[in-house]
Amino acid sequence: MLTRRIIPCLDVRDGQVVKGVRFRDHVVMGGIEELALRYRDAGADELVFYDITASPEGRSADVAWVERLARHLDIPFCVAGGIRSVEQARRTLAAGADKISINSPALERPELIDELSTEFGVQCIVVGVDSSGPEGDWRVHQYTGDPSRSRELARPTLDWVAEAQRRGAGEIVLNCMGSDGVRRGYDIAQLKAVRAICRVPLIASGGAGAPEHFRDVFVEADVDGALAASVFHAGTISVPDLKQYLRAEGIAIRP
Amino acid sequence: MSVREVVVVDSGVANLGSVMAALARLDAPARLSTDPAVLRAAQRVILPGVGAAAPAMARLRERGLDAVIPTLTCPVLGICLGMQLLFEHTDEAGVDCLGVVPGRLRRFEEARCGRVPHMGWNRLEVLRDDPLVRGFGAQAYAYFVHSYHAEVGPHTLATCDYGGPFAAVVQHRNFFGAQFHPERSAAVGATLIRNFLGP
Repeated sequence: MLTRRIIPCLDVRDGQVVKGVRFRDHVVMGGIEELALRYRDAGADELVFYDITASPEGRSADVAWVERLARHLDIPFCVAGGIRSVEQARRTLAAGADKISINSPALERPELIDELSTEFGVQCIVVGVDSSGPEGDWRVHQYTGDPSRSRELARPTLDWVAEAQRRGAGEIVLNCMGSDGVRRGYDIAQLKAVRAICRVPLIASGGAGAPEHFRDVFVEADVDGALAASVFHAGTISVPDLKQYLRAEGIAIRP
Repeated sequence: MSVREVVVVDSGVANLGSVMAALARLDAPARLSTDPAVLRAAQRVILPGVGAAAPAMARLRERGLDAVIPTLTCPVLGICLGMQLLFEHTDEAGVDCLGVVPGRLRRFEEARCGRVPHMGWNRLEVLRDDPLVRGFGAQAYAYFVHSYHAEVGPHTLATCDYGGPFAAVVQHRNFFGAQFHPERSAAVGATLIRNFLGP
């Protein structure tokens, strides 16, 4: 049986892992490889590296650290941040990333999803969606990495998720902004609504604060993976303890 | 020569670097090549692959490797799409493959399997005691990313289940294939590659 994935997300800035609350006030946490291998050893199923400086500054992720990671890491990893062309995607994938995740550039030019999936296959094209709003009326947000440019679009989240799949997204990461960083649990209602129209793997992001939140999002929203950052980085939840708990709750989890 | 050099077919696909890195982690000397003479002289050949079958086969044909690979006599390991290309045919765009392992690839049906592609960690079940799949342990999980699969048959060494069993590791003569990504499957992946390299 396919297991549900536990995915720590690491924010990268200038070649180091940083953390911030609500996208502000970043503090350096350590080296990329060191933290990546620590999560690998702890049993993380996959890692996401988000170059938080890349997209707002209009440049794509520096590939030197991607190469170093690919050499050391023996679990899959995804690189997000500022990829806006087939050539930039090719560099990141050639450096050893298993997947690339695109967000704001796909909103600027949705054809980018078609181009990337045609060139590299749908399996390595992840579309990240930042979303918030009152229940049932969720809207997509763009440039959320930069507080001065971050904005809500008129585009309904469900429409965008459907379009992204039509264009060749192989996986959707839904970041529910209202719950992000506040640790009160994933936005189950929104994730359920997206799940209902999402035929490709769906990853929940934003809001994890306790092991029960992971159980709830797997059981109630039927997501394929759950992404979290601060609870893992702060040590509030350890990956091995979380996986043991979820297995005891009857959820398919890789030991 | 105590350490065998592995020749990785330079098929231009995205996971080449990851496969080379996995070999480096195991201290296995490796080089990339598309030269038929180098492939014929190799002691181990790996055919990596991700992405679509049609362009991958087209690249092999451009280099004449569609004629060379089936005649190799050393152990050959196909990874993911590389394994699929070892079969006769894939329903993906109706592409004829290398034809060294009998059988054809079919698409996972969404009605039966749920989400396609099959992406993530899934459990392996070893069917046959073959050196390639030894030492996996009772709880062997591997990382898969694929939309097409081979059915379980006489050449299956290990299966996996996604809406029904499919072939996860295959062997026919000197040709081996892993549908999962050993380079991204932590300890299980390293064990498979080490087994393939031999003592």
